[in-house]
Amino acid sequence: MASTFEPIPARGPRADSVTRFPVMTAARSSRSILPGFGLSLGFTLAYLGLIVLVPLSAAFLKTAGMSAHDFLAAVGSSRVMAAYRLSFGASLAAASVNVVFGFLVAWVLVRYPFPGKRLVDALVDLPFALPTAVAGIALTSLYASNGWIGRWLAPLGVKVAFTWAGVFVALTFIGLPFVVRTVQPVLQELEPEIEEAAATLGASRWQAVSRILLPELAPSLLTGFALAFARALGEYGSVVFIAGNMPMKTEIVPLLIITKLEQYDYRGATAIAVVMLVSSFLLLLLINLLQKWSRRSLAI
Amino acid sequence: MAPSDLFALASAPPTVPHRRRARAVQPRATRDPAVARWLLTAIALLFLTFFLVLPLAVVFVEAFSHGIGRYLSSIAEPDALSAIRLTLLTVAIVVPANVVFGLAAAWAITKFKFAGKSLLITLIDLPFAVSPVIAGLIYVLVFGAQGWFGPWLIAHNLRVIFAVPGIVLATTFVTFPFVARELIPLMQSQGTDEEYSAVTLGASGWQTFWRVTLPNIRWGLLYGVILCNARALGEFGAVSVVSGHIRGETNTMPLHVEILYNDYNITGAFAVASLLALLALVTLGVKSVLEWRQAGSA
Amino acid sequence: MSIEAHNIRKRFGLFTALDGVDLNVPAGKLVALLGPSGSGKTTLLRIIAGLEFPDPGSGRVLFHGDDVTDLPAGRRKVGFVFQHYALFRHMSVFENVAFGLRVRGRRERPSDAAISERVHRLLELVQLDGLAGRYPSQLSGGQRQRVALARALAVEPKVLLLDEPFGALDARVRKDLRRWLRRFHDEIHLTTIFVTHDQEEALEIADEVVIMNQARVEQVGTPQQVYDRPANPFVYQFLGNVNVMRAPALAGAARRPGVAAEGAEGQIYVRPHDIELTPHASGGSGAAAIVRHIHAAGPHARLIVEQVETREQVEVEISRSELAALGVRVSDLVRLRLRQAHSFEEDYAI
Repeated sequence: MASTFEPIPARGPRADSVTRFPVMTAARSSRSILPGFGLSLGFTLAYLGLIVLVPLSAAFLKTAGMSAHDFLAAVGSSRVMAAYRLSFGASLAAASVNVVFGFLVAWVLVRYPFPGKRLVDALVDLPFALPTAVAGIALTSLYASNGWIGRWLAPLGVKVAFTWAGVFVALTFIGLPFVVRTVQPVLQELEPEIEEAAATLGASRWQAVSRILLPELAPSLLTGFALAFARALGEYGSVVFIAGNMPMKTEIVPLLIITKLEQYDYRGATAIAVVMLVSSFLLLLLINLLQKWSRRSLAI
Repeated sequence: MAPSDLFALASAPPTVPHRRRARAVQPRATRDPAVARWLLTAIALLFLTFFLVLPLAVVFVEAFSHGIGRYLSSIAEPDALSAIRLTLLTVAIVVPANVVFGLAAAWAITKFKFAGKSLLITLIDLPFAVSPVIAGLIYVLVFGAQGWFGPWLIAHNLRVIFAVPGIVLATTFVTFPFVARELIPLMQSQGTDEEYSAVTLGASGWQTFWRVTLPNIRWGLLYGVILCNARALGEFGAVSVVSGHIRGETNTMPLHVEILYNDYNITGAFAVASLLALLALVTLGVKSVLEWRQAGSA
Repeated sequence: MSIEAHNIRKRFGLFTALDGVDLNVPAGKLVALLGPSGSGKTTLLRIIAGLEFPDPGSGRVLFHGDDVTDLPAGRRKVGFVFQHYALFRHMSVFENVAFGLRVRGRRERPSDAAISERVHRLLELVQLDGLAGRYPSQLSGGQRQRVALARALAVEPKVLLLDEPFGALDARVRKDLRRWLRRFHDEIHLTTIFVTHDQEEALEIADEVVIMNQARVEQVGTPQQVYDRPANPFVYQFLGNVNVMRAPALAGAARRPGVAAEGAEGQIYVRPHDIELTPHASGGSGAAAIVRHIHAAGPHARLIVEQVETREQVEVEISRSELAALGVRVSDLVRLRLRQAHSFEEDYAI
């Protein structure tokens, strides 16, 4: 696509007119005997534009109308910065924990037999399927000081609900399946021979795992981490109940956006949202690159 | 994974059974010591118990904590029933719309060659990268009182935000990629040979689609529908922004759960939540069956 | 170092992979384990390597007379090359070869300089010295196979075990590499066992061939021994094309008197190139047959002839010059004579 916009030495009027409309020529040149190309692509683009692209552009256009000073004031206030710190910090912590335990769960599911394995395997997707509000009130009730778990933590002086730890617990819940589901298929497809090769070369079991298996799985672990992190950054429903939502302390960015909206501060809300959108898109790009990298380095 | 697999979410490809010869007994050289196996399994199961089993269990225990009578009356309450109706209405609009889109997008992307295809695939995945709250916000910016079409809508006495259309639009946005991203890799792997054969045998475009393509993708389509449906039922953040929380009018089930919870009607909140949790369990069940089915036929 | 295996049994669930197998490999030899797939040859190799273990109470594995049955793979000092190489994809060629040295305990581990020197020497030995910095995905199949070999040799194994070493390569590379392996073995004289299902490969490069079928060893011997004196019909058929004929067909067809026992029942085995054709008109001994087909493409001519008396079809292989001298065409009459034939019935041995 990019090459379209570079000057192309004109070889004649026809060549010139062809290079100018790449989409049309491509469609024309791949004359398929199947019908419906125009209809299906047209509908796809229209639907994509109306549902996704036009509304998303509204956020960017709204901020584009702000002066740099206003934008920085909206985004840089101490309350907003505190929310960014909490959202990024807790998401990072939760995604890290998920890498460790997600890998462990994937490992156990792939490698070890135990009764009820199919059930456990199916249950791993619960955070995908359970509405976030339900997860939110369930976790809050578990970790409140009189809850099933909270009552054991309270005597130890550990408070989870309505603190930073509560945000972390909710984000861990929501991100768990990402790591499991990215690592599991890779682990399953891994040739047993590479571990055997390590064994015949004199490596201990631990050396085989740490020097051969983990590096082989690194791209999928990183991808799972990035996916869990990206999801945690934007998560709202499971967090608002358990967080306590105190400004400067336990207020996450999505909640702050809603608060601003309720105060009719549309510009402030949009400015904060644009920063989040840009971070998410960068993460998306990173995930794409990670997957390309893992495909290339592992292609044999 | 295809680049489109970013934000694979629930649609992580169903695990494929080991293609290599199955060894009845794992060779000892790569088997971990029994202590390690036992310990690691125990830790993993303990972690899952705390993070998955207990949250699920507490929903049902709390819902029935004051007996089944109270449970039933919480659900039969008019506001609860109207929330259930609104949620079902939303799902009934959103899921078919995204199915049609998913089929059209997958047909265009997998059966034809055109420039910018990978960009299109990436754009289809975009909603997965957007926080639900922001998904709600952008519709407020477009259709809200101060938004692009706000004055026009007010002039014509139409409401989108704080009304059902806004809820439907926001839900459509967050569930946008589910069906398409399930179908695209599936149809890509199936190629176009069968469609070409059908057309050369004289079938029309629609006949080809209904009799050849659709039967081939029906399980993948069902899988996408299940995931789309689950998310549409439970969407909270995006809907929360555009709904206005008007009881009996613009409250979906998850929003109703929130209102009851904030009113300290804990049992009522968990009663409605238990319905959603039950639907989640059904989703997981159907999803697993579809995956085993696929693993079995692969 | 010699390798012995005694009475090895191995079952996977209901499937018997090895049913009381014995094996004796003298030090310094290149031995082929040859058999169809499912015959147990790879399992036997993996048991020798310590990647699998014989069923409890069955057999023993001895290296140079020492019992290693219970030693894990890492302590047997074997070099193992996998069919699909099993290279570590995230490591360069250099790091792959160095792996076995780097995982040693601190006391036995060579210095970095020593490791580097040994790796480069090995890469030279397998003719890959320029490619130390490449990754496995950047190599051809034959190159990957040699990296796998260098990696196995880096730990200075006492025994080299190769599982279908050329199985995943295309025909050309396969031929080059197996000759290279033979020369290579002649240089380093490491006791080597390789598994293959390709009889041509086994007969061409092995000092000794062990033919396996259905979890048992059928015959052991030099390539010439097993080819010329197959122990049973399976070996005979597995090692090349063969005509199976009813014994009465021999009446008059054999040149040597002992071969043709008039009226004897049972079957005899004759290789296509052990049959001689003469023009029918020339008279003399030999069974009459009609030429049904002539395939003259390639170095040899193959003819399908049908015996007049029994109507059995027989494949005959002669050189193209012989065919020219014979001057036969389809539907001509010829006479068959057997230079060599086998029977596996007790009273019928040749």
